[in-house]
Amino acid sequence: MPLTMKKLAEIFTNRETGLTQGHRMCPGCVAPMTVKMVLMVAKALGYEPVIGFATGCMEVSSTIFPYTSWSVPYIHNAFENVAATISGVETAYRALKKAGKVPSDKKYAFIAFGGDGGTYDIGLQSLSGALERGHKMLYVLYDNEGYMNTGNQRSGSTPPGADTTTAPVGKAVAGKLQLKKNIVEIVAAHENVYAATVTPGEPMDFINKVEKALQFDGPAFIASLSPCVRYWRIDENKSVDITKLAVQTKYWPLYEVERGVYRVTRKPTSFKPVAEFVKAQGRFRLLLQRPDAEQIISELQNYVDRRWERLLAFEEATKNKPVR
Amino acid sequence: MAKKNLMAITGAEAAAYAMKQIEPDVVAAYPITPQTPIVEYFAKYVADGEVRTEMIPVESEHSAMSAVVGAAAAGARAMTATSAQGLALMSEIVYIASSLRLPIVMGLVNRALSAPINIHCDHSDAMMVRDSGWIQLFCEDAQEVYDLTILAVRLAEHEDVRLPVMVNQDGFIISHGVEPVEVLPDDVVKKFVGELKPIYPLLDTDHPVTYGALDLYDYYFEHKRQQIEAMKHAYKVFPQIAEEFYKISGRKYDYVEPYRMEDAEYVMVALGSSNGTIKDVVDELRGEGKKVGLLKIRMFRPFPKAEIQRYLTARKAVVVLDRAASFGAEAPLYEAVKSALYEVAVRPLMGSFVYGLGGRDLKPEHVEYAFKRAMALDLVADKEEYLGLRE
Repeated sequence: MPLTMKKLAEIFTNRETGLTQGHRMCPGCVAPMTVKMVLMVAKALGYEPVIGFATGCMEVSSTIFPYTSWSVPYIHNAFENVAATISGVETAYRALKKAGKVPSDKKYAFIAFGGDGGTYDIGLQSLSGALERGHKMLYVLYDNEGYMNTGNQRSGSTPPGADTTTAPVGKAVAGKLQLKKNIVEIVAAHENVYAATVTPGEPMDFINKVEKALQFDGPAFIASLSPCVRYWRIDENKSVDITKLAVQTKYWPLYEVERGVYRVTRKPTSFKPVAEFVKAQGRFRLLLQRPDAEQIISELQNYVDRRWERLLAFEEATKNKPVR
Repeated sequence: MAKKNLMAITGAEAAAYAMKQIEPDVVAAYPITPQTPIVEYFAKYVADGEVRTEMIPVESEHSAMSAVVGAAAAGARAMTATSAQGLALMSEIVYIASSLRLPIVMGLVNRALSAPINIHCDHSDAMMVRDSGWIQLFCEDAQEVYDLTILAVRLAEHEDVRLPVMVNQDGFIISHGVEPVEVLPDDVVKKFVGELKPIYPLLDTDHPVTYGALDLYDYYFEHKRQQIEAMKHAYKVFPQIAEEFYKISGRKYDYVEPYRMEDAEYVMVALGSSNGTIKDVVDELRGEGKKVGLLKIRMFRPFPKAEIQRYLTARKAVVVLDRAASFGAEAPLYEAVKSALYEVAVRPLMGSFVYGLGGRDLKPEHVEYAFKRAMALDLVADKEEYLGLRE
């Protein structure tokens, strides 16, 4: 029977998810929600999670010595190398299992977490290497579209027009001009992988994909749109709602790629304009005051439309045609 | 003792062969000249099923060190090897490996750092990480590479130490030169290294631990202090492990190796393969009745200060040879030896010679020249000089 939110709630009413209380993440932050949902699915399925974490908000806020919020094994190594680190842990497991030095009845899940800085940018090489080598791991990206830990700097994931401290919306320049990097396609291009987008605003879709990812025989990657209330300039109680809006506006399409086969997992019958997503967030406030605001938003609308059409075409073209 | 088994192998193969006998759980490595043959030999052992080691063919040295950190924290015995640029790329994680107290053993095939790019030997790579908290051992020949690689495992994993060890061999000079190496039987090596006793392994999910916490001004300093203490322990336990190794091999290893030092008045100090050349010159000059000697430094970190003081006090002159420069300061070995001798009762006259950068040969006449300067008491403690350099 597939997992449901109700079932997860039942299981975890008096049981730890692995991330305990007391961490210092901001109220309303979606990163800990993302982490908890992944851990709950893993534990509910009987896995023993072993966590690798890239340097970032969640890492610094959950392990301030002498405290830790983790009741599952956890390693933070550096910013750009969580994929390589967890690949070492996973390899150690295979070696020790062969030597009979770890209990053979234990079902481990090796899970790496990284923000967009540690994934799209500085950690991309390490991620690519680990994916190509085929480690049995799950890499979870919590994407808040900027270097939020250090106070809102531009990343390869920041959308056009967002105001950041290193690509500010100024008198001459409309903030970041480039499109957000398409990380899922980059990961999917490693061929023998499972890659998917999720967001906590669509919990059932999220749960199903984590389950699939954990059971996938090879490297799996999940990108979770995880708003930062502080630098998206949104209310604490709006952070999950806005992820729903991201899906409804095609800003964050929900889909998966399994060994080259595309499947769009949420197809809204009607879409909202991407301007609604933009206008709901203070990080675009300065953009909206510019005379070229409409043009930039219309370019973004055009991009999300084209990307959506492309996804549907990929889905059609790859149906029942796994690369392996 | 078992019958002698001699192999004609390079230093690189000696390292790989020792690794094969150690048979670590995990090896993660990325090829780089002149370390490449170590990775190649080891990959072949894996491919032929001669070891049960899991090898991670990483995409960079940064990931090599990151992966062995993950593997060691998981509870595995993990090893790697690199040279120069590879070490520079991984250097961020080199510090993390020692600070997380992970007993990793790494072969470092010494090569000059870029720029300009150069593939040949000097010690600039090792000196770049001399303060990284790794134990650093320097080898004179392939035999030492083999022996110290095995010994390093015990030193790293000792419960009072738990620090990573770097076994240095000179690029090409040792790594690609074929020499007779006396190897031990597999079972003797296996018994000597024993089983790794993991401390706080990540894979023990019943006892979850957090590695790599955020550690600010209220605890960081205390943790660094513990690392300083661990290095002192490494210094303390090395002789016990070396003694055990002597029992299985008949080969004695100390922090330093004195050569014809009994009544020597003029002493040279050096690291690595150059010690072989210096020994020849010492023999020659001794033949002429000159009271010269050599103090070879085997362990550079922790620095064997007491040994150096004991051996060098009251000598007439000490010449230190460095295969690395420290731009804007004295060369690293010279600086350390000179500092150690500040406290001795009778300080020798001292001189500093930098040689062999980027693989420039150290010829016997260079060594002889430096000895002659010492014997003439023609040394200036504050002047750095160069051997084999066109000025």
